[in-house]
Amino acid sequence: MLTSIKTNSFEGNKGKELGMMYFRVAIILFGAQLLMGLIAAIQFIVPGFLFETFDFSVARMVHINALVVWMLYAMIGSVYFMLTDETEHEGVAIGLGKLAFWVLTAAVTVVVLVFIFVQVGSGTEASIWFINEGREYLEAPRWADIGIVVVVLIFYFNVFATYMKGKKTGIMTVMVANLMALAGLYLAGMFFTDNISMDQYWWWWVIHLWVEATWEVFVGTLAAYALIKIIGAKREVVEMWLWIEVLMLFGSGILGLGHHYFWIGTPEYWWEIGALFSALEPVPLIAMFVHVLYDWGKEQGIAKAQGQTGTVANNTPALSWIVTNAFGNFLGAGIWGFFHTLPQVNIYTHGSQFTAAHGHLAFFGAYATILIGMFYMGVQYAYGVERLKSTFKSKMAIFLITFGVVGMTVALTIAGYEQVLVERAELGAGWNAFFVAQNLPWYVQAQLWRAIMGVVTFAGFVFLVLDLLTIGKEAKEAQA
Amino acid sequence: MANENVSVWTSIPFWRRSAAWVTGFATILLIWLTFDTIGQISMGTDADLKNGVTKRVPAPTVINYKIGYEMSKKRGHEVPTIGEKQPFFGKEWSPKEAANLLHLGKLTSQAKNCMDCHTLLGNGAYYAPDLTKAWLDPAWNSMIPMIGGMIGKELTREEAMAEFLQHPSRYPTHARKMPDLGITAREAKGLVAFLKHMSSIDTNGFPRNFSKTVDQFKAGGTNAH
Repeated sequence: MLTSIKTNSFEGNKGKELGMMYFRVAIILFGAQLLMGLIAAIQFIVPGFLFETFDFSVARMVHINALVVWMLYAMIGSVYFMLTDETEHEGVAIGLGKLAFWVLTAAVTVVVLVFIFVQVGSGTEASIWFINEGREYLEAPRWADIGIVVVVLIFYFNVFATYMKGKKTGIMTVMVANLMALAGLYLAGMFFTDNISMDQYWWWWVIHLWVEATWEVFVGTLAAYALIKIIGAKREVVEMWLWIEVLMLFGSGILGLGHHYFWIGTPEYWWEIGALFSALEPVPLIAMFVHVLYDWGKEQGIAKAQGQTGTVANNTPALSWIVTNAFGNFLGAGIWGFFHTLPQVNIYTHGSQFTAAHGHLAFFGAYATILIGMFYMGVQYAYGVERLKSTFKSKMAIFLITFGVVGMTVALTIAGYEQVLVERAELGAGWNAFFVAQNLPWYVQAQLWRAIMGVVTFAGFVFLVLDLLTIGKEAKEAQA
Repeated sequence: MANENVSVWTSIPFWRRSAAWVTGFATILLIWLTFDTIGQISMGTDADLKNGVTKRVPAPTVINYKIGYEMSKKRGHEVPTIGEKQPFFGKEWSPKEAANLLHLGKLTSQAKNCMDCHTLLGNGAYYAPDLTKAWLDPAWNSMIPMIGGMIGKELTREEAMAEFLQHPSRYPTHARKMPDLGITAREAKGLVAFLKHMSSIDTNGFPRNFSKTVDQFKAGGTNAH
């Protein structure tokens, strides 16, 4: 895959070529995310590891920022990838899009280098502007925020103008509307206030309305496109489901924002609003799950009735990841989120390892999976492969990564359970209560298992990279 | 499917319209609630504190008062209480001075990236204790004489906290230590003001039973250890 752009012709499809450029950076950042996660996991077990040289806060900051940025890269790449297929238009300003890609990549590199080597600044506005904004997930300094906005505007102009000139499918309509909300929400995180409650109120507008609303709709849109491409699902069926998903995702997710407003200084009425709407958030995830599996079964059945043998999918590794997405989204975002979404539970679980468990399975299940599926679609296209079949490496990658992330989630859930019962319920939070819980043998054991499962995940990532590098070439040779 | 005459349930235009209406309605409701919430969480004024007007987020001059966290029978959980005046770093801070100090503290909390180890109001990372009510933490009862003993001075709570923040790895409480982040004496004062102010925010009872059970536990009221 990394060499595919040079060695393969894109039949003049510049949008897909640009999409692949985004995919390549996304994979590198994915690797960086996992390495930083391993450092942070080791620091939980060996507290002196890299102390005062590369502290937990630095590893964790790069861990979560690499996560967000690789996903945004893969998302932008996916949009450029599907743009020409959906609109039947070549794209209005792909050259400008390429320039934006290089600007963004240069900016991300500088931000990461500053995070790693400068780490923290003094208590001045200059630090917020040039080093680190210090707000979880939105640590990027303000200059980079503005740069991101400019780049995203170029990207959005490209998508919107192409959509206006080309064919207006239901999938593309949802995409264009959703991307506008997604990009606009970023602005809510770009200001400074002395009032920590106000700070977190708007901070959640970005974080929650991304990952529990607009990103989820994005996934629905991507799944719709991929199902048509991979198993030949009927557009009418897929687009009807997509509108139902939008209805349910936004209907629950927008006011589900309330479940972050239980304890940050905001009024009590958020208890009821947050509880009700966030409890409904798993419903669309069930719908998405049913939709993917139902369509797959239906198309497979039709193919069989027509006397075809073998799978209906023209890209089995991509379909495997998309089916994993259907399971993972429901389990990670739906079930693990519902676990602690009611205020009666959340008053004890808020800010514990439960949150970390949910975060790991949700980001993986809802987003990483489908974006990896898109990487495989990219490889298939770049090499002009008609039917891309899973290799041993594809299977090892999906097995090890999924097993590793589920393992980490289970370990963190157990750690969270210990922490909640001992630190919160028994000892009433506080400094000493925190450390009593952190030093419990069962808690320590769970953190050890988390680190082991992190290594398993990383091994799966190595298989994934090797597979993406070789699968296209091998399939093309076999085809010829 | 597109045949609207068959059933509304398989009509794409029906679901598209429904999606638009539901999204629009949810968005409008969120914006309306946001206006209400913003009003309720805007910082109070110095006059509010003087007149005993309760605000969810009090004015920066709350650092001039004694802060508590007590069970409210009416609300069923603990709420912050603002008591009599109390010097902060040996003086009373004017509204302007207090606002500047809080500004410095908030900026420092971001520049030093506190949130990627600690949680603030429960949000952040889970490597170090929650700081929501750190100002009220009973752990300071033993930390203040410990730090004071090491530097040979009798310290107030705020002075001990500021000293700790400047040289955290000199005063380790556990194997997992806070690193030296190059926090200056001035920044440390700001951070302590930020923490004291945060402890006065009405968080609807989070964290629950803060400090209560620790005291009970120390008094032998539980056999947890």
